[in-house]
Amino acid sequence: MSFDIDVSHRRGGVVVGAAFQSGAGSTVLFGPSGVGKTSLLMMIAGLLRPDRGRICVAGRPLFDADRRINIAPEHRRAGVVFQDPRLFPHLSVRRNLLYGADGPTTLAEIATRLDIAHLLDRWPRTLSGGEARRVAIGRALLRKPDFLLLDEPLSSLDRTRREEAMQVIERVRDDMRLPMLIVTHDPEEAERLGGDQIIRL
Amino acid sequence: MTDELQAIVRLSLLIGGVATIGTLPIAFALAWLLARGRFPGKILLDGIVHLPLVVPPVVTGWLLLLAFAPTGPLGNLLERWFGVSILFRWTGAAVAAAIMALPLMVRAIRLSIEGVDQRLEQAARTLGAGPWRTFATITLPLALPGILAAAMLGFARSLGEFGATITFVSNVPGETQTLPLAIYAALQRPGGEAMVWKLAAISIMLSLVALIVSELLGRRQGRRLHVL
Repeated sequence: MSFDIDVSHRRGGVVVGAAFQSGAGSTVLFGPSGVGKTSLLMMIAGLLRPDRGRICVAGRPLFDADRRINIAPEHRRAGVVFQDPRLFPHLSVRRNLLYGADGPTTLAEIATRLDIAHLLDRWPRTLSGGEARRVAIGRALLRKPDFLLLDEPLSSLDRTRREEAMQVIERVRDDMRLPMLIVTHDPEEAERLGGDQIIRL
Repeated sequence: MTDELQAIVRLSLLIGGVATIGTLPIAFALAWLLARGRFPGKILLDGIVHLPLVVPPVVTGWLLLLAFAPTGPLGNLLERWFGVSILFRWTGAAVAAAIMALPLMVRAIRLSIEGVDQRLEQAARTLGAGPWRTFATITLPLALPGILAAAMLGFARSLGEFGATITFVSNVPGETQTLPLAIYAALQRPGGEAMVWKLAAISIMLSLVALIVSELLGRRQGRRLHVL
């Protein structure tokens, strides 16, 4: 079981949450904006504390209200790609990529695979949207995560960039065989990336 | 510059420098609490920190005098523990300058902390950095130019401090007589105009340099915070 999740979180009068289980490979969280897809991802990443429930990824409990388990975000080994790239503006692309790198680095390999090898000595502010997004994906992968969380990884990219990014994600899914949770509001994206594991919120 | 002028400038820079460096950690802690903390009484703390900005400086000086007098609570402690008194000493002038510079520094540092995008800190956490590493590698470097700008602003304010200082530690040449106090003394002296001109010119120059450095540092932070 990749993701075994049953949580809810109340903010103001609105309750966001979900309960689902999914198998290996990629799972897509699909739904219109505003239903709390991002909040759910943040709960799994450890950046938002659920009011109740449990989060278990690849057999490892990350949060369990009843058993008082709440692993800090830095120990969850999640590769998070946020909706905005969130590159550190004061660090070069190379140092951004290596920020969370663990063990013998696979920088060259991942940089080549994501087509960002030529950007290593640039500053984040000089990157295009598509480049920044690929760097953000690379940074998450270099962390050697146990699982990946992607929040609208293709939004705000034009058609060509979208196709490129889609292929990158598919390659990561097929080569690295990591459990992957992808948030999207686009039905076409959901269909293609999620296959048969689509959770509707 | 005559020896007398040099001595006054040196003393002013010493008092301003000590006041600024001594206040910086306290100002940072307060700014952090006000920027990031969530606790009851935050507005009250905010108000208290800003008091020296609006209370008449002579009142601040008088309160310091009460507190640090040999019979006052703080003066008593210093006397018993360290056998020292800061009354009528340059150290007292530095304390007065520090109190008066504190609100300005807290304000500026708070703005620079608030300018750091917390989403970047979240990203750092997911990349395996604990709270301290996140602070040291993300928050602090991004806020640093703003913090240094705040320090320069505090230094400039310290150089100009007058009311609280003269009330608290009096106007002792060579000990507590900083630039503004020396100008005041020269104004009271018949034929002191030439001295006033020189001291005033030096004051303006020093303040201008400090403000320009502060502004340049502040702009640097503006550039750094360009987040993609």
